[in-house]
Amino acid sequence: MAQAAETAGAKRRPRAAKEAPMTREQLQQAYRDMLLIRRFEEKAGQLYGMGLIGGFCHLYIGQEAVVVGMQMCLEPGDQVITSYRDHGHMLATGMEARGVMAELTGRIGGYSKGKGGSMHMFSREKGFFGGHGIVGAQVSLGTGLAFSNWYRENRNVCLTYFGEGASNQGQVYESFNLAALMKLPCIYIIENNKYGMGTSVERASASRDLSKNGSPWGIPGEQVNGMDVMAVKEAGERATAHCREGKGPYLLEMKTYRYRGHSMSDPAKYRTREEVQKMREQSDPIETARKLLLEQGASEAELKKIDDEVKAIVQDSADFAQESPEPPESELWTDVLIEEAR
Amino acid sequence: MGVQILMPALSPTMTEGKLSRWLKKEGDEVRSGDVIAEIETDKATMEVEAVDEGTITRILVPEGTEGVSVNSPIAELDGGGEAASKGAAPGQDTAMPQQPAPPAAASQSVGQIAKQAEDYGAVAQRGAERGEGAAKAGEAAAAPEKDWGPTKPMTVREALRDAMAAEMRADDKVFLMGEEVAQYQGAYKISQGLLDEFGARRVIDTPITEHGFTGMAVGAAMNGLKPIVEFMTFNFSMQAIDQIINSAAKTLYMSGGQLGCPIVFRGPNGAAARVAAQHSQCYASWYAHVPGLKVVAPWSAADAKGLLRAAIRDPNPVIVLENEILYGHTFECPTAEDFIVPIGKAKIERAGKDVTIVAYSIAVTWAMQAAEELAKQGIEAEVINLRSIRPLDAGTIANSVKKTNRLVTVEEGWPYANIGTEVAMQVIEAAFDWLDAPPVRVCGKDVPMPYAANLEKLALPTQPEIIEAVKRVTYK
Repeated sequence: MAQAAETAGAKRRPRAAKEAPMTREQLQQAYRDMLLIRRFEEKAGQLYGMGLIGGFCHLYIGQEAVVVGMQMCLEPGDQVITSYRDHGHMLATGMEARGVMAELTGRIGGYSKGKGGSMHMFSREKGFFGGHGIVGAQVSLGTGLAFSNWYRENRNVCLTYFGEGASNQGQVYESFNLAALMKLPCIYIIENNKYGMGTSVERASASRDLSKNGSPWGIPGEQVNGMDVMAVKEAGERATAHCREGKGPYLLEMKTYRYRGHSMSDPAKYRTREEVQKMREQSDPIETARKLLLEQGASEAELKKIDDEVKAIVQDSADFAQESPEPPESELWTDVLIEEAR
Repeated sequence: MGVQILMPALSPTMTEGKLSRWLKKEGDEVRSGDVIAEIETDKATMEVEAVDEGTITRILVPEGTEGVSVNSPIAELDGGGEAASKGAAPGQDTAMPQQPAPPAAASQSVGQIAKQAEDYGAVAQRGAERGEGAAKAGEAAAAPEKDWGPTKPMTVREALRDAMAAEMRADDKVFLMGEEVAQYQGAYKISQGLLDEFGARRVIDTPITEHGFTGMAVGAAMNGLKPIVEFMTFNFSMQAIDQIINSAAKTLYMSGGQLGCPIVFRGPNGAAARVAAQHSQCYASWYAHVPGLKVVAPWSAADAKGLLRAAIRDPNPVIVLENEILYGHTFECPTAEDFIVPIGKAKIERAGKDVTIVAYSIAVTWAMQAAEELAKQGIEAEVINLRSIRPLDAGTIANSVKKTNRLVTVEEGWPYANIGTEVAMQVIEAAFDWLDAPPVRVCGKDVPMPYAANLEKLALPTQPEIIEAVKRVTYK
């Protein structure tokens, strides 16, 4: 459950409602969405192993509850932006598995026609603004997306995700200042998976409670159990309500964990196998949701149906990603500039 | 038929590895995510996780085996009741396809599959239609300069202000942000009166935080607004250059044409007077190097007004390099409401037959003065004001050189890989046979800008240097 970490000058937030944070239908949807990300990422890892995906490939396995819980708080027109560990965010916003997987294999059917790759995909239609490869750059960009909502005087908010490693970048704090100064509807979500590449958060950040990193600017912050999709949604509801009311930015530190290495070629020697195993066995967000669903009366058959549906989507995406052709050579020259008739 | 587990590639460069240890044995059940083996690559020992579920029926490669090729089968699973993954199915060609892979047992053709992906399929089409225009951008149209009718005297400062005001009146999506642009009326008084007319929502004072506010403006542009970002000077854009290049210039390409970035970065560029090295340098070469950016450098008031209007309307990121010394200079400027200067079109400021002098920004002033002096000595110089650095109007330059057979470039930027280098190379490629002498570049000296008045003067191009260069190429 969410543990409030009230910041120094911030007003007390309203207490969480007593009723369950999710209906059974919502929990089932969350389970399905998290499972889709898990299976998709496993498949991506497999295709990488087969040489079908090149370059860097950063998997989201273990962190699924964060994006799925947050996405449940969004309204049409809201924006999402994140770093290079972005496949989960794309699937959570409703982007098609086929288009994402085909981008990973560098094919014309990919969201960027094969020209962006794992770290650079976008869907204006789904409100997903990337996919950014420079650590921390998306934090200023997300602040700008929030600015566009402020400028248009609408109710929309921007979810700006970044890792605890990126939270040491200077532009993060420039953005905090700007957002707080202008009261921009920006929710900063630090996905603290404990390791920035191979460096643990304790070795990289002098701040011991990242949820307080916005406190000099009066940005309210909370630490959230990012392995619990219901806790994430609960905190997300508070954050989005705050932003939609015009009260300015909000900061959520998601305590989460990635099971895999930083990228596919990371042997992860900076932590023990036992540490990873313990998280998997005791805190897995999908297993937790599955147990809860069974307790609430869901049948094994119902869950099996979800598992099968998810597997079929992922397998279809993998097939599509191999069958879709490579981009034609003419694509080399397109999309450098927009040329308009004057 | 079961599923084969293949030797995985665990880095972008791995082709084979050592299967150092099995953590499962024949008969063991595996679930997806279980670590089943350890593999030694050229760089590290990595764990292999199962993707498919089932029981290991056979281990094909014993532990300790070296040189196991990527994608060769290392074990077999029974299906565990799961449909065999096509990706890992035995016998499938899993080599990285250089040619599009044939659809495996699919009832639809590849074309049909591609068409189904609406969100990105349409994007592909748009991009393809647009592509040819991009490739042609460097080629100049040889259309004559349009006559805009009556003119009036105007400073460059007023011209820039008028351009922003006109575009802000026409389009609510256009707004100005930067340090001291609103209440202070602009550090160099370029935004004078804009706050009064457009209010604090559209004329926004930012803190001194270039990296942050540039990223913020780029994000706003990605979502359809049209920011004008004023850098108090372009020297400070260095704090934000990652956002300008990696975010603003590249996202259109990386998104397959989905996410444009209609944004203007403007401010004074180059040396002012006696402000030394950190505040005196030319960024033309830096930004002109980058595909996805347009770069303009106005000289006159008409350039300033017309180019800035074009930059604001342009759907791409445009760098507008102004010059502080020119802000107070007065030029004749067309009064027509719809006056605009297209990006990518140079202007012949002075016609001549003996030598072509190519310059931009304040160097046009120096070139014009040198041309007057040369005329007294019987040498008629043709002075070309580039106006646009990227795309470059190579056609106008080449046509001039074909007439004069000689080329001198003038700019205040450093010599190494400067704009004159690019101009000379393009002339060599397009009109080598017309050249009667090697082109000569007149530029800033290859040193950081000194503070001392005498040294600063030496560091910048001088009129005698331009005259000397012209005499060299004309063998006078």
